[in-house]
This record gives sequence, structure tokens and C-alpha cells, in this order.
Amino acid sequence: MGDQQSTRAQQPARFDVARLTDLARTLRRDVLEMTTEAGSGHPSSSFSIVEVMSVLYFGGVLQYDPQNPHWPERDRFILSKGHAAPILYAVLAEAGYFPKSELMTLRKYGSPLEGHPNMRRLAGVEASTGSLGQGLSIGLGQALAARSAKRLYNVFVVTGDGELEEGQVWEAAMAAANLKAGNLIAIVDNNRFQQTAAVSHLTDTSLYPEKWRAFGWKTVEINGHDLNEVNQALAEATEYTEGPFAIIAHTIKGKGLHFMETDYTWHGRAVPKDQLAAALEEIG
Amino acid sequence: MTLGASVGLKMGKATRDAFGEALRALGVDHPDLFVVDGDVGNSTRTEWFAKDFPDRFYNVGIAESNLVSVASGIAATGKTVVAASFAAFLMCNAYDQIRMSVAFPHLNVKLVGSHAGISIGEDGPSQMGIEDVALACALPGMTVIVPSDEHQTRAAVRALMGHEGPAYLRVGRPAVPQIYDEHVSFEIGKAITLREGSDITLIADGIMVAAALEAAEQLAKDNIDARVLDMPTVKPIDIEALTAAARETGAIVVAEEHLHHGGLGSVVAMELARIQPCRMRFVDLKDTFATSGTAELLLEHYGLTGQDIVTAARELVGS
Repeated sequence: MGDQQSTRAQQPARFDVARLTDLARTLRRDVLEMTTEAGSGHPSSSFSIVEVMSVLYFGGVLQYDPQNPHWPERDRFILSKGHAAPILYAVLAEAGYFPKSELMTLRKYGSPLEGHPNMRRLAGVEASTGSLGQGLSIGLGQALAARSAKRLYNVFVVTGDGELEEGQVWEAAMAAANLKAGNLIAIVDNNRFQQTAAVSHLTDTSLYPEKWRAFGWKTVEINGHDLNEVNQALAEATEYTEGPFAIIAHTIKGKGLHFMETDYTWHGRAVPKDQLAAALEEIG
Repeated sequence: MTLGASVGLKMGKATRDAFGEALRALGVDHPDLFVVDGDVGNSTRTEWFAKDFPDRFYNVGIAESNLVSVASGIAATGKTVVAASFAAFLMCNAYDQIRMSVAFPHLNVKLVGSHAGISIGEDGPSQMGIEDVALACALPGMTVIVPSDEHQTRAAVRALMGHEGPAYLRVGRPAVPQIYDEHVSFEIGKAITLREGSDITLIADGIMVAAALEAAEQLAKDNIDARVLDMPTVKPIDIEALTAAARETGAIVVAEEHLHHGGLGSVVAMELARIQPCRMRFVDLKDTFATSGTAELLLEHYGLTGQDIVTAARELVGS
């Protein structure tokens, strides 16, 4: 992207597996500590996208500037599965949008770190989400605005796999292909569990790749916890400009904590204070 | 329709036509104006804008939820976006999207619902937006405008270009009488006194403004001196005009082509209950869906005529 003219203060770091592995660990610890402090939140839904978020923000993919959060040519990131707000906040703090100490104010009165992301209260949040199904449409709007303004930024939207049960996602998917939104990239966090059941109990997730392709999206499947695969898929997605691009990231809800990985009832629960030390130790 | 004929009002264009013309005209000087429609551009009249500004128009297909959130995304990049469809489908199908994607982030999306009210006639109740004003008013920070004729509609659309935040503009399908001329201005939140009076105040919006003027003329024959207020901005309502009306005339009839619950009548009653309680009557669509038929027959059948306003007024001030 020809951004020599921009006022961007810092270049996002290059892809580096060792550094990103360390960073992913830090981000998981942050999510764990902030949700335990809050006494609620969705750590397990956050853990499944830690690697995706790490590569996006710290692997040189997303173009952004925390010193100038409204830089018009920035790439946009939308967390459509807004309940995973803790990982978004941890990432934004790590990137320098606000001090890391503020993470401990999650969900508390007066804090801009609300239970779900609020774009009016926190720089770096590109859409207010929390009612599932809307993020891809909002991302499509931002992508179309880029095209009309002849700006070459990309829009990345992370949706949940359970979220794909919302009809609006498919309205957006169809429209994005019809409108050839080549700067729109959807990342489906296929973490296999929704609030009350395995997603596969309600929806045949094995059909997701076919569905996205049938809707006109170039689609790849990856292991969403493999940094190299994530990086490669995002590189391919940003290079592809003929239409929208979907990355189906196979992930594990609660990845990093054995007791969460196997138990979906952790969906909206924080780790209790008396289990925090052991959980942090497991993350390392 | 013969609405307004008894007081010499000339028939004008439909408010949706005026909206479409104003939008097209505004496209020239507003390069940041975008329009999103859900495949009803030939009904909402956004197709006129689309013809001149194809790069700033998106037909996202028959998908109102997506339509509203796409509008939100465009607005988030600093543009002003008009999102248009039938009032019924825009407000009812996409309500959660309006709430979360537009109202909550307080974005510059101007929602325009056409084919509002029962005066769309023959297409029937599934197509009639009769609860749209209530839904719009219920959302924090939403400005709600119901213009009464073509000239006021054009002025309102122009006013919305300088307005910050979300708004809902209600327009109708049939041709309606001209209340104003082309020089009329529009100030959001301001009532217009169309007729002075001291015995009672008739407050109306949309096509019921013409009916209120007819009613006032008829009441005058009985020596009842009726004030007529056109209240095109339902939210924020003109408190000053309301208070003066209640204080100076002591009785109010509110007339609107909308369900009884949650529309202009509710807003007027709620505000005056707090500030200046007075006796009131409401001419509106009672707790019912309408049916198919000509606009004129439907308005008569459901009690939305000048005569209905006269009857309500007489209940308050005698005869």
C-alpha cells in the first residue's frame, strides 16, 4: 500500500513465530487475569482466536496507528463475535491504544472496556458489537466506502461458528460477493462450541467451507492455532482482490487451559480467583 | 384523494417523490452522501440519486438487516448515509440492526421509511408501516421526522444533511395536498403554527395536517377557534409550542396516521403530563391492522379524517 504520505507513527512488526508465540502467551494471561478480576466475561471464546489476533495485529498484517487511531487509510478490524471482547482489549492495550493497567477495569462501572466492544468509548474499536450477526455487514459497508474513496484498505471481520446461525451473516455474504468486495476478509472462528451445545449439534459445520464457496467467497481452511498457517492464509487473503475471502480457522474453544478445552459450560464464565494461579501456570 | 380540497389546498406530489428529488439534488453538493437501498429504489425513489451518482449508491438486495448494517459501516468512515426501504420492512425487519449498528454507536445514518401509514391503500396491511414512529422514538438519540407535504419533505431532507447522528424520516406513497410553498424552511424540533386559535389546539403530522386544517375550518363555523400545529419533528418534540398550546387553549387533539400506542399522541401526552396537563383526544389508528382498499376509504373507515378530528374536538370544547 502506498502509505508514504500517512502520518502513521509505527510500522507493525514483521511475522516472527518465536515472538508471536511469546505474545500469544502474554495475551492469554492478560485475558485470564482481566476476566477473573471482573468475575465474568468470555475467556474461552477469547482463547480460540489468540493466534489469529496475534498475527493480525503483531505479524505485520493489519495497518494501524495507535497514535492516530482514526487515520483514514487504516485497515479495519471488526470483532463480530463481540463477547470475545477481552482478547480485543488485550490486543489493543498491547498495541498501545491504552495502558495495559486499564485491562483490570474490564466490565467495571466507568470503564470504556465494556462487556462487549463499544466504538464510541474506546479508540481502536471499529464497530459496536454484541448482537451476533451484524459485524460482516458493517465490515462490508466499510469495505465499500474504501472502494468509493479509492482507498486501498482492508477490512477483517472475525465471526464465530455459532454466529453463522444468524441469517444476516448470509445476507452479508451474498451481498459482498455480488458487490465483489475484494477488500473484505472474513475469519470464521470455528471453535466448535456455542453457549449451550456443540455447534455441530445444531448446525453441520462440515458444510461451512462449501457454503462460503457457494456464496461466492474464495475460501481456505486452516488450523487457527498454527501461526504459520494463519500468516499464510492472511497473506493470501490480502493479495486476493477479485472478491471477498473467507478463512475458516479450526480452533479450540478455551485453547490453552485443559479444563476449558473440553467443557463448553465455560462459555460465559471467568476462572475463579482461587484457580487463577494454577491456570496462569498452565499457560506459562 | 380529496383531502384538503375543502380548505382550498392544491394537490401536490407524494412525500416519497419529494424525498427522491431532494436526495438527487443534494448529491451534487454533498460528495460524502451515500445511499443504500434494498431493491425498492423505484418505490422509495432513491433510483433518481442512483442514476446520477452510481458510485455512491448500493442496492444490497432484498435484505434489510444487511442494508442497515452496511449503511452503518459506510457511516463509520465519516460519510452521511441514507438507508431507505418501505417503513414496515426497514423498521420491523431491521430493528435490531438499527438499534445496534446505528443508534447505539450514534452514526450518521438517515433512515427513510416510505409507504408509511394506511394510505398506501390497495397493497394492504403487510406493506403498511403503522408502528414505525413508535419504534424509531424508542431508540436513544434518534431524531424522528414526519413531514406533511412535498415542500416540507424537501426542506427536511436538506436539514438532515446538516444533522449529526441517526434520524428516521417517514414518507408516504400517495400524492398529498400542498400545505406550504417551495420557499418553506425546516428546523428540526420546531412546530409550525398553521392557524392561530384560542379554544383548542389540533396537533398533527403527515397527511393528518391537511385533515386538521379542514377540521379547524369546520370548527370555526361553530365558533370554535382552533389552533393548528404541524408537528413534523416527533422527536425531539417542540416542548415550547406544546406548552403554549396547552396553557393558552387548554385542550388538544392529536392526529396521526399511526398506531395509537407510541406515536405523536403518546409523545405529546407524556410531555404535557409533566409540564402542563390538559384535556386531550387522539385521532389515530386504534389497536388494529388495516386492510386493503383505496386510501380515501381506508382513512374514513379507520377514523382518520378531518371529520374525526372535529368530533374529537367537540368532545373537549362542546358545540
